[in-house]
Amino acid sequence: MPVSLEKVTVHVPEIRISQPQIQTEVAVRESVPPAAPAEVSAIRKYLLSRSDSAVADRLFHWLMVLCALSIFAIVVLIAWRLVVSSQVTWDRFGLGFFYKSFVNPDTHQRIYWDPVNEQFSAVPFVYGTLVSSFLALLIAVPLGVGLAIFMTEMCPRMLRGPLAFVTELLAAIPSIIYGLWAVFVLVPLLREHVNPLLVKLLGWSGLVANDNPTGLGFLAGGVILSIMILPIISSLTREVMTAVPHSQREAVLALGATRWEMIRMGVLRNARIGIVGAIILGLGRALGETMAVTMVIGNTPEIHKSILSNGTSMAAVIANEFTEAVSDVHRSALIEIGLALFIVTIIVNVIAQLLVWAVTRGTPSQAH
Amino acid sequence: MRARLRALTDHTVTALSIAATIIVVTPLVAIFAYLVIRGASSLNLDFFIKVPKPVGENGGGMANAIVGSGVLLAVASAIGVPMGIGGGIYLAEFGRGTKLANAVRFTADVLNGVPSIVMGLAIYSLVVVPQRTFSAFSGGVALGIMMIPTVCRTTEEMLLMVPHAVREAALGLGVPNWRSVLSITVKTASPGIITGCMLAFARVAGETAPLLFTAFGNPFMTTTLNRPIEALPLQIFVYANSPYDDWHRLAWGGALVLILLIVLAVSLVRYVTSRGVLKGAS
Repeated sequence: MPVSLEKVTVHVPEIRISQPQIQTEVAVRESVPPAAPAEVSAIRKYLLSRSDSAVADRLFHWLMVLCALSIFAIVVLIAWRLVVSSQVTWDRFGLGFFYKSFVNPDTHQRIYWDPVNEQFSAVPFVYGTLVSSFLALLIAVPLGVGLAIFMTEMCPRMLRGPLAFVTELLAAIPSIIYGLWAVFVLVPLLREHVNPLLVKLLGWSGLVANDNPTGLGFLAGGVILSIMILPIISSLTREVMTAVPHSQREAVLALGATRWEMIRMGVLRNARIGIVGAIILGLGRALGETMAVTMVIGNTPEIHKSILSNGTSMAAVIANEFTEAVSDVHRSALIEIGLALFIVTIIVNVIAQLLVWAVTRGTPSQAH
Repeated sequence: MRARLRALTDHTVTALSIAATIIVVTPLVAIFAYLVIRGASSLNLDFFIKVPKPVGENGGGMANAIVGSGVLLAVASAIGVPMGIGGGIYLAEFGRGTKLANAVRFTADVLNGVPSIVMGLAIYSLVVVPQRTFSAFSGGVALGIMMIPTVCRTTEEMLLMVPHAVREAALGLGVPNWRSVLSITVKTASPGIITGCMLAFARVAGETAPLLFTAFGNPFMTTTLNRPIEALPLQIFVYANSPYDDWHRLAWGGALVLILLIVLAVSLVRYVTSRGVLKGAS
C-alpha cells in the first residue's frame, strides 16, 4: 500500500469540495451494489468532499476527459481528412462515381476504371465488395450459429473452454496470415477440386462459369472472408444466447419439447434480434477486410456474373493502387472509395451495436 | 409417427451443429499445421540476424522487418496505451452513467470497426502528406490509434470489477482522489489492464493494411522515425506475392514468428482472466 500512515494522522483535511456534487452522486448511484445503497453513497460523498487536493484532482479529471475526448477527435479527423482529400473526384464525378460507367470511344467497350484517361467509377469495386461479403455471410452464418448452438446448448462443459479458445485464436490471426494461407493452400484447393465440381453441379445457373483457370476470384475471397468473420458471429451469437434466461428453456422443455424445439422456440426466438446484430457486425468486418481479400480476389476491375471470375473490392483496390497512383485524381478517387467504405462500415456498425445492445442490456451476464 | 419425426429432427440438428463445429475447427488446424510445417523449416539464425538478399540470391533473413516491427509497435504503444488507459479511467471512474461517457463508449466501438485500410488513408493525408515522406512515425501513429479502443474498453471493464470498498478505504485514509485512482484502483486492476494492452498489441502487430502507405517498407535495416521502415506483415505481403520460392519460404517463416507472438499474447490473456486475479472482486 503506497499510502503512508503519517500523512493521515498529520493532515487534518479541511472541508473542500473537490468535485461537483452532482457528479459524485451519479457515480455512486450507478455503481453501488443494490444491497446497501444509502450507506456507501454517504461515505463516498463525505470523503470526496473532504479531500484537500482539489487542484490536482481536477487536473487529473480533465486529463482523463481529454483522453476520452480524443477518441471523438480521431473519428472527426479521419472523416474530415477523407472528405477534404477526395474533393477533386467529388467535384469531377459527383454522385455518379458510384453508379456510372464509361464507354471507350475506340473499342465501344464499357469501362469503369481507366487511370490513364482519368476516368473513374467505383461500380466494380462496390460490386466486388458486396459479392464477396455476401458469399462470406452465406458460408459463415450457418456455421457460426451452428457453433454457437453447439457451444451453449449441447457441448459438454469440458469442451467449452477449448472451443472458446479456438474461436478466440481464429479472431486473433492477422489478415495477412489468412491471405498467405489462402494463396498457397486454399486457392490451389479451389482450383483443383472445388471449382470443377461447382461448375459441374451449378454450371446451368450461369453463376459459376469455368472461365478462370487461376482459382482466384470472388469465391476465394468469400471463403477466406467467411473464415475470418466466423469468430465474431459465433461469439456474439453465443453471448446473446446465454443472455436468454434459463426459465425460458425450462418452460419450453416442460411442455414436452425436444432439445431442438427448445432451442428454436426458447432460445433462438428470444435471441433473434441479437443474432441479426451479430451477423451485421460480421458484415461490417467483411466489408472492410483488406489484405486477405487483396491476395486472392484477382484484382481486376470488371463485373462478372460468375463467382469464379476475377474481381476486386473497395479495400483491395486502395491497397493495390494507392502507392502507385499516377495522378491527383486517381489518388483522390481511391480516397473517395475509402470514404465510402468508412461511412458504410460506420452505419453498419452502429446498427449492429444497437441491435446487440437491445438484447444484452439489462440481462445479467450469467443467466444460470 | 410424429414423435419419431420430432426426434429425428432433433438428432439431425445435433449432428449438423457438431458438423459446423468440426468445419470451423478445421481451417484453424490447417492454418497452424501449414505455418508450423512450412515456417519452421525456414527459421534459422540467418532469419533473425540478416537483411534480405537481392532478388535471385538465396538466403538472407528478415532482421530489418523484425526490428522495424519493434520500432513501429513501440511508437504505437507510446500513443495507444496511455490514451486508451486514460479514456478507460474516465469511463469507469469519472463518467459513469453520464451521456458523455456513453457517447465515448459508442464512438470507441465505432472506431474499432473502422477498416484498417481507411485508417491508413487518413493517416496518409494527416501525417505523410505534410511530412512529405513515408515514415516509421506515421505507421506508428496509425497503429497507435487502432490500439486505443481496445485498450480503453478493457481498462474500463477491469476498473469496474474493482470493489468500491477499496476506493473508499483509500479515500478514507486521506489519499487524494487522483492518487487513489492511480495507485489503488488502477493498480488493483493492473493484471487485467496489462492483458488488455497485450491483446491490442497483438492485434496491431499483424496489421498490414494501414502500413502500406504510411511505413511503406524498406529493404534495409533502419530505426529512424522519419524514414520508411519495414514491418513483418508488410514483408510477408510482398514476399507472398513474389514469384520466388525462396521468398515464399521467408514469408512462411515470418508468418510463423508473427503467429507465435500472437498466440503467446492470447494465451496469456486467457490464463490471467481464467485464473481470476480479478474474479470475484466485484
